[in-house]
Amino acid sequence: MKKTHIIGLIVIAICIGVIVSTSGDTSAYVTFKDAAQMAADGNKSKVHVVGKVKKDANGQLTDFYYKPEMDPNYFAFKLIDQNNQEQEVVYLNPRPQDFERAEQIVVIGSSQEKIFKADKILMKCPSKYEEKELKAN
Amino acid sequence: MREYLGDIGHLCVIISFIFSILATISFGKSTVSVDLAKKDSWIRFARGIFFIHSLAVFGVVAALFTIISQHYYEYHYAWSHSSNNLPSEYMISCFWEGQEGSFLLWTFWNVLLGLILIKVNKTWEAPVMAIFCLVQLFLCSMILGIVIPGLDFKIGSSPFILLKDYMGDIPVYQNNPNFIPEDGTGLNPLLQNYWMVIHPPTLFLGFAATLVPFAYCMAGLWQGRYKEWIRPAFPWALFAASSLGIGILMGAYWAYETLNFGGYWNWDPVENAVYVPWLILVAGIHTMLIFKNSNKSLQASVILITAQFLLILYSTFLTRSGVLGDSSVHSFTDLGLSGQLLLFLFALIIIAVIFISVRWKKLGGEENEEVSVYSREFWIFIGVVVFCLAAFQVLYTTSIPVYNKFLGWVGIESNIAPPADQIEHYTKFQIWAGILIALLSAIGQFFWWKKMDSKKLWEEMSIPAILTLLISSALICLTMLNKIDITPTYILLFTTALFSVISNISIFFKIVKNNYKLTGGAIAHIGVALMLFGILFSSGYSKIISLNTTGLIYSKEAGDDFNRDNILLWRNEWKEMNDYKLKFIGPRLEAKGFPGYIKKEHLILLDDQYKALAKKAIEHKGEKYFNKGDTIEIYPENTYYEVLIAKANGDTFTLYPRAQVNPTMGLLASPGIEHFYDKDLYAHVSSIPSPDEEKEWSPTEEYTIKPGDTVFINDYVTILNEVERVKYVPGMPLTQEDAAVMAHFHVLDREKNHSIHPIYIIKVKEGLAGQIPDVNEDLGIKISFLNIDPAKEEFTFAVNTTQKDYIILKAIEKPFINILWIGTLVLVAGLLLAMIRRYQEFAKMRDKNTE
Repeated sequence: MKKTHIIGLIVIAICIGVIVSTSGDTSAYVTFKDAAQMAADGNKSKVHVVGKVKKDANGQLTDFYYKPEMDPNYFAFKLIDQNNQEQEVVYLNPRPQDFERAEQIVVIGSSQEKIFKADKILMKCPSKYEEKELKAN
Repeated sequence: MREYLGDIGHLCVIISFIFSILATISFGKSTVSVDLAKKDSWIRFARGIFFIHSLAVFGVVAALFTIISQHYYEYHYAWSHSSNNLPSEYMISCFWEGQEGSFLLWTFWNVLLGLILIKVNKTWEAPVMAIFCLVQLFLCSMILGIVIPGLDFKIGSSPFILLKDYMGDIPVYQNNPNFIPEDGTGLNPLLQNYWMVIHPPTLFLGFAATLVPFAYCMAGLWQGRYKEWIRPAFPWALFAASSLGIGILMGAYWAYETLNFGGYWNWDPVENAVYVPWLILVAGIHTMLIFKNSNKSLQASVILITAQFLLILYSTFLTRSGVLGDSSVHSFTDLGLSGQLLLFLFALIIIAVIFISVRWKKLGGEENEEVSVYSREFWIFIGVVVFCLAAFQVLYTTSIPVYNKFLGWVGIESNIAPPADQIEHYTKFQIWAGILIALLSAIGQFFWWKKMDSKKLWEEMSIPAILTLLISSALICLTMLNKIDITPTYILLFTTALFSVISNISIFFKIVKNNYKLTGGAIAHIGVALMLFGILFSSGYSKIISLNTTGLIYSKEAGDDFNRDNILLWRNEWKEMNDYKLKFIGPRLEAKGFPGYIKKEHLILLDDQYKALAKKAIEHKGEKYFNKGDTIEIYPENTYYEVLIAKANGDTFTLYPRAQVNPTMGLLASPGIEHFYDKDLYAHVSSIPSPDEEKEWSPTEEYTIKPGDTVFINDYVTILNEVERVKYVPGMPLTQEDAAVMAHFHVLDREKNHSIHPIYIIKVKEGLAGQIPDVNEDLGIKISFLNIDPAKEEFTFAVNTTQKDYIILKAIEKPFINILWIGTLVLVAGLLLAMIRRYQEFAKMRDKNTE
């Protein structure tokens, strides 16, 4: 056993450690149903749920609660996941501006009894770089 | 010129592409020619070809820049990236906002570096330039925009495409084929920032520079000069490390100043994608250094220098193929070039693998002796291993979206998502890399300058070690006394970084006496250790000071692990926050030719959003800039929210966090930052009352009163002081016969008094009466002037009230962040000093013809 071999083995061990540990850290894209199931099984890991926010016919956000003058850090809304299941999501931060404009949102967090508690919200807005409308006056 | 400009530009693109192919072939021909005369004639021919290629690239740049800066909106690139009201310094940013422009920028830097390489090299010129032009060929193909007839296969995306070709058959063009939009859609406002003018060029210079050591390495393998390539490649590797490093940190600083995720580094895939090649490049620099001094680790140098360039290509693929999708805040959209990018990446991987594997045996050191633990090479090599492991970890997690894509491609459904808490995930690994790098950069340097045995080593290292332990124990005791959280990892990072700083400073002073040119390494290591300090304090001890302690509604379902990071500030009301008191004073705008901010309520906004009228004379520091009624050119994109902050000792300062209310992206908040010597106070707006929601006004109350009367509005004592005739109403032309009357209300508030001035206008000719109500946002009061009764000398007013204005703010203290920026500058200074030294070495050998 030469030193280089020992170092080589240590390096390989660390790489395997990184890969294993990363698999433990990764999250998953799931539906609300799966998220609730995971929470019921006592699995505490955070998940990603992709969905659309509930809007009325005019494209306005509906069925939500945000009263900043009472508590600026409490925003609750309804999200419809890809299986068309609707669930209340609570986000303990100010309401993101222009929330209803997002075509699609991803909430990252975990299911808790009746609600889904989101730590982070990613909004996929109409693309920043394209799809600009051409208006001729 | 207009219609030809795009054609000229496109022609230049095609010429540059064809000539890069020709240049590759002719430099290659010169390389493989045995006959000296042939070699010489080929290389002269190749230089001419490369020169024409350079001119063509400059032509493309000039054409595109003209289209953007002259606002030729018939071109899609100009229309989608610039606009009439954009300040001219941002025209440069428009140039590379799109992918085509950033490829062009990269190509442009490559041309400049290629010209330098031709100038400074003798024997290396042909093979290096052959590899160089091969890469250039791929880059030029990215902006070709040519559709191969019959195959329906597009190569590249041209920046010179006309808007009507891009848009296809929309009605506008059917009515008027020559339609040209009046105005462009403008530059993404987040990019309208000084750092964004200089960050991309620097970063792409770094991208271009990484090609040079790679080209030397390949040329060395090709020509069988396995060891000789190290010397000429070395200064270039140092140059690439400094330009790429500055580019990355400029991006970090831009993010700190402009984005609102609360820091300078978010482990976003786009950031990681350039951080990884930089780590590998720095590792490669260290193995080259080992080789220069001991003829060991040549294989490692070849692999690392190759890997850093291939990783640059991989990062280009990641950020521009759309593969990152939702996982990044700023990945470009897919222009349909992902196939081409992959081809580019795989072509170069294959070329590099062939070169290396064919020559592999020739690179190995024959001596299979044991490396001593007391040799300097051993310690530097351990450092290199740490760099590579750190890079591997970042790369592995960043590539998660790629695994998903790949598995989907072979038909396996995969739903792996990146870690939910990215920062925590990366930090837990990278902090150990930081600790080891700090430690090794001290030990390695001692070994480097002293051939050591065990006894001498301890003598040398004892003083810095004792000093370090003394200072860090003292500080740890201090933090314990002050009840500040410390974790063992933080203690380790702090102690090792301190050890590195002290050791490298002592080494610096020893070397500088003999020859200051040799101090690059010591300076660079001091810089790295300082950066680690800055990162440790500013990230590990950043403190949210806007914790909300009032008016909570507990939701049982949400649990009690509340993050109450944001506070609501009512306009003109003090709010206590940690050791500070804050008051939101009101929204402000910037105007052309005005050094400060203008209160929004002093302006009447017009239909043309870039212009406004002054309601009153506008001054700054006692100097008058605009008179009442002047038309002012304003910058409407940014609204600044003036927040007055008072420290516990009574000192006050003002922050101006800003927000852009942008039709496509919502509220884009950027922080206001106040720099202190020991910390930054960083605050951004997280929410404001929605500007497009109509305010809800209370039912109208009417008052008929005389001057001098007092009424109570919203519990405020409000006095009608007087009613006077005015000759002039901003924004409303009046003729001689017309009459305008203004009422002066005085409202008493706790801290200051306000005035409200509604106006009543009689247009005699038209027989019309009109009114201009006045709103006081501070109080949420609107008064309209309804009627005048000349007989009774009474006036009738309508009063409505609404909710007061507010902002929701998040504020963070970031201790000692300045050390990070200082460390960056020190690191770069060290790298540049080393680069100059190594270049002089190369030039000396070249001039002696002993390359």
